[in-house]
Amino acid sequence: MSTSLLKVEDLRVSFSLKSQGDMPWTKSRVLQAVGGVSFELKQGETLGIVGESGCGKSTLARALIRMVKATGRVVWMGDEELLGLSKSQMMKYRSEIQMVFQDPLASLNPRKTVGQIIAEPLRTHNPKLSKDEVVAQVKAMMQKVSLLPNQINRYPHEFSGGQCQRIGIARALIVKPKLIICDEPVSALDVSIQAQVINLLMELQQEMGLSLVFIAHDLSVVKHISNRVMVLYLGKVMEVADRDDLYDNPRHPYTQALISAVPIPDPKIERAKDVILLEGDLPSPLAPPSGCVFRTRCAKAQAICGEIAPELKAPEEKEGTVLALEKESTHRVACHFE
Amino acid sequence: MVFKQENIKNLALVVAEQDVKGRSLWADARKRFFQNKAAVAGMVVLIIVGLFALFGAQVSQFTNDEIDFMVIGQVAELGGPSFASGHFFGTDDLGRDLFARVVQGTQISLMVGVVGAAIAVIAGTLYGATAGYIGGRIDNAMMRTVDILMAVPYMFVIILLLVIFGRSISMLFVGIGLLSWLEMSRIVRGQTLSIKNKEYIEAAQATGVSSFKIILQHIVPNLTGIVAVYATLLVPLMILTESFISFLGLGVQEPDTSWGALIFEGAGTMQYGTLWQLAFPLFFFVITLFAFFFVGDGLRDALDPKDR
Repeated sequence: MSTSLLKVEDLRVSFSLKSQGDMPWTKSRVLQAVGGVSFELKQGETLGIVGESGCGKSTLARALIRMVKATGRVVWMGDEELLGLSKSQMMKYRSEIQMVFQDPLASLNPRKTVGQIIAEPLRTHNPKLSKDEVVAQVKAMMQKVSLLPNQINRYPHEFSGGQCQRIGIARALIVKPKLIICDEPVSALDVSIQAQVINLLMELQQEMGLSLVFIAHDLSVVKHISNRVMVLYLGKVMEVADRDDLYDNPRHPYTQALISAVPIPDPKIERAKDVILLEGDLPSPLAPPSGCVFRTRCAKAQAICGEIAPELKAPEEKEGTVLALEKESTHRVACHFE
Repeated sequence: MVFKQENIKNLALVVAEQDVKGRSLWADARKRFFQNKAAVAGMVVLIIVGLFALFGAQVSQFTNDEIDFMVIGQVAELGGPSFASGHFFGTDDLGRDLFARVVQGTQISLMVGVVGAAIAVIAGTLYGATAGYIGGRIDNAMMRTVDILMAVPYMFVIILLLVIFGRSISMLFVGIGLLSWLEMSRIVRGQTLSIKNKEYIEAAQATGVSSFKIILQHIVPNLTGIVAVYATLLVPLMILTESFISFLGLGVQEPDTSWGALIFEGAGTMQYGTLWQLAFPLFFFVITLFAFFFVGDGLRDALDPKDR
């Protein structure tokens, strides 16, 4: 349990933007989508990543599997640095890191049968397998994600959204990966199906000893599945902590606002609770605020926030806090006042 | 009557064991296509024209270069269409059997259309899909090349080719093939740009499928709809181009002929009372073009029901 599977240090992704009329020598504007994210994922652990739309969650996921160019270090199993590998060297790790996508139907090729779709990673990474073996493995995997194996010849449009997402999960699992990156896997599904898919993921995680990076914007879903949770805002980590620690004792003003906005399925509590409303919109990532990126919407913002960007550090203990933090707490927060 | 529960259970098990056959998007499209009466009629006409081109020579009592000396000089009086003389469609101005000549002209014209469209489909699809998928500078360079080639007046090029290298059917194929894929590659590139951002392409990339395989296995199958439609509409255009060149007197060489050449000859002798020399080739020309357009329309409706 305790060995480090994935260690990310100071991961940065930036896109350079050019508008239509620009001349070739015009300086392009730089959009920093992910600005220096570090975290560590242990074997069998689930890291939840939350944040509002456009905060760089999906870009972070794509940077980990090198779908977008990134700088920094991504260390796999303590020894291999993924970002420096060549294309062919990376192939070995592509089977160990798989991805589940957001839109269940759009992530399946409409012209291929389910069998062909699930078999694709297998045929890419083990081209020597015979046809019968591939079919047998695909059927076994379909059984595992509770799809009927006799539907192997059906096409994606003949399945429901939840079934399609299970096909996506089967495709990710067939090469026996160690890490699955789930990019909002349930946000396109309705609530009852969300529960099915998430419970399936958790069961499979137990069974196969998987680690998950689970990206979502639904805090309750993240709470259900994660061991640790990371809160992103404008490409920067605001707070990262063990699940219970974060939900019971959020330290960053942004996290507090997010958690206060989670609806509670009890009208009495729901009416009584205070929701911290954030004013304004997400600032443009092309021109992020100086200092702390959150200061433009933060109620606690002071002069210092505009000058110095707060570092991610263990929060100071406050007097009178009942939930005293343990010594080796992994709670980290990026705020001057915590 | 009491059913044996065990039997029914066994039946259920057997049914569950068997693989269910999926209904692909193609099967859906086929069903929609066959519900479209105009398209089906067009296809029937095309099949008949195709059979005419393939087996017409067996029915004919003459070959396409055989001169019937009985009618020579009296074509208007004796050379009309009749079963008695064996000239089903009459004869041309030189006394050659028009039926045999129409059969042979149909072969050439259909071949030009199909080969031209096939070159367009293969070259245009691969070129356009590659440019669209790779993107960036390579895409720019590839598509600007297409723009430059398109700016060249193609009829001029074909005529020059035929004049310089001599009139031959293979030269005609080269000329038409050189130009037919340009438009196709543009259409395909546009479609590829929209397909390449789909999540299933990303999924394939994430798992490490090579670019070549992604183009062939993910992008091209999703392009086939628009390519099939455009190809069926391209065939009549190719036939028209060939006819125009033949009409100018440059296309195929005597004694071979094509629809365009036959129509040209027929139009030249119209005023001498031998109207059948124009009517028969023109009839085949027109019905084939209409049939191709109907089939193309039907395919478009069938393959892309959203756009109707």
